[in-house]
Amino acid sequence: MNSIDILLARLDGLSRNDLEHWIAQNWVRPDHVAGEPVFREIDIARVQLILELRTEMDIDEAALPVILSLLDQVYDLRRRMRELAAALEQAAPEPVRQNLLALLARAAD
Amino acid sequence: MDDPYKTLGVARDATQAQIRRAYLKLAKQHHPDLNPGNTKAEEHFKTVSAANDVLSDPETRGKFDRGEIDAAGHERAPKPSYRDYADSETGRRYAQDGAQQGGWSHDDLNDVFGSMFGEGRRPGNAGPARGQDARYTLTTAFLDGVNGATRRLTLPDGQSLDVKIPPGTEDGQVLRLRGKGGEGWKGGPPGDALIEIHLAPHAFYTREGAEIRLTLPVTLAEAVLGGPVDIPTPAGTVRMRIPPHSDSGTILRLRGRGVPAHGGHGAGDLLATLHVVLGPPDAALDAFLRDWKPEHPLNPRQAMEQEP
Repeated sequence: MNSIDILLARLDGLSRNDLEHWIAQNWVRPDHVAGEPVFREIDIARVQLILELRTEMDIDEAALPVILSLLDQVYDLRRRMRELAAALEQAAPEPVRQNLLALLARAAD
Repeated sequence: MDDPYKTLGVARDATQAQIRRAYLKLAKQHHPDLNPGNTKAEEHFKTVSAANDVLSDPETRGKFDRGEIDAAGHERAPKPSYRDYADSETGRRYAQDGAQQGGWSHDDLNDVFGSMFGEGRRPGNAGPARGQDARYTLTTAFLDGVNGATRRLTLPDGQSLDVKIPPGTEDGQVLRLRGKGGEGWKGGPPGDALIEIHLAPHAFYTREGAEIRLTLPVTLAEAVLGGPVDIPTPAGTVRMRIPPHSDSGTILRLRGRGVPAHGGHGAGDLLATLHVVLGPPDAALDAFLRDWKPEHPLNPRQAMEQEP
């Protein structure tokens, strides 16, 4: 189980204050066990990303929620695209899939 | 290996601040977590990062400038990358609504497919749901609303619907045909058809609730002497005796001859307002009136004279 302390040790340049602030803002959403935040790998990677955005890329904190929201939407849409592709693979017979590919190839023109 | 100065787009004598600015600009543009699925951006970001690793530290930059190391520098150790998690099932954790449940909502489907799947289906969630109600208007004859009728409604898709208009239907009333609306979703029941009835005006009937009114033209002789007349009613002609000396404007009430009884409401009455019609000129009538001395002389405008 990854506690705040483990995270602080794992990620260079991460301050407890910042991390607690990000959690309070709901930008990072760890599980809570006995009232203490517990981080999954995706949470850690997200903290790492926010840290990079803040430090390496000089992103203003005010801009952060905008970026995170758009980013979440992008990943959301990508997941939906994959679900759509999977559903089409199951539901659409081969000729339909071929037709679909041809139409999509033309859509870019 | 590319020249790190060229990669970052800075001059060889650029200051550390200029190098950092150039790196930041490119990093923001090509960060792989911000460009999921874009392998070009990922490659570009690696090159930019490597160039920055060499040039951001004055010591390694000096070594590179003196030819002591080449641009490859050292590759960054792979770090946990957000996109690896976000771009898999795990990523649902940070989906926009924070929801964990799978399945596409109606709005999702509409977003992606627009009108392809039509408007008729509206699941509250992923489960079965009732179809949408369909709304139509049907204009029909005045008497259909009084006596009731069955009328065929042609739908926009070419299908038709038999609409049973019950007796006593009012103008603007909405009839509900159960199950004749949009199809259900995932086995849910279909919606209803809601049909707003419009009644066209009648040539001589008007209606107020269950009462029907008409103006009944009578001759001078019928008004003075009384007698049987035929009065049209929604249920057919009725013969009725007009009392003698019925003035123009007299209202005759025909009980139960208005809107027929329906759904617990008793039948309404028909109210006929008499209207005396003199007809074409008649020499005998003129002669009679010229010589006529009324038994009780009358000034019908007396009330108007007293009240200015």
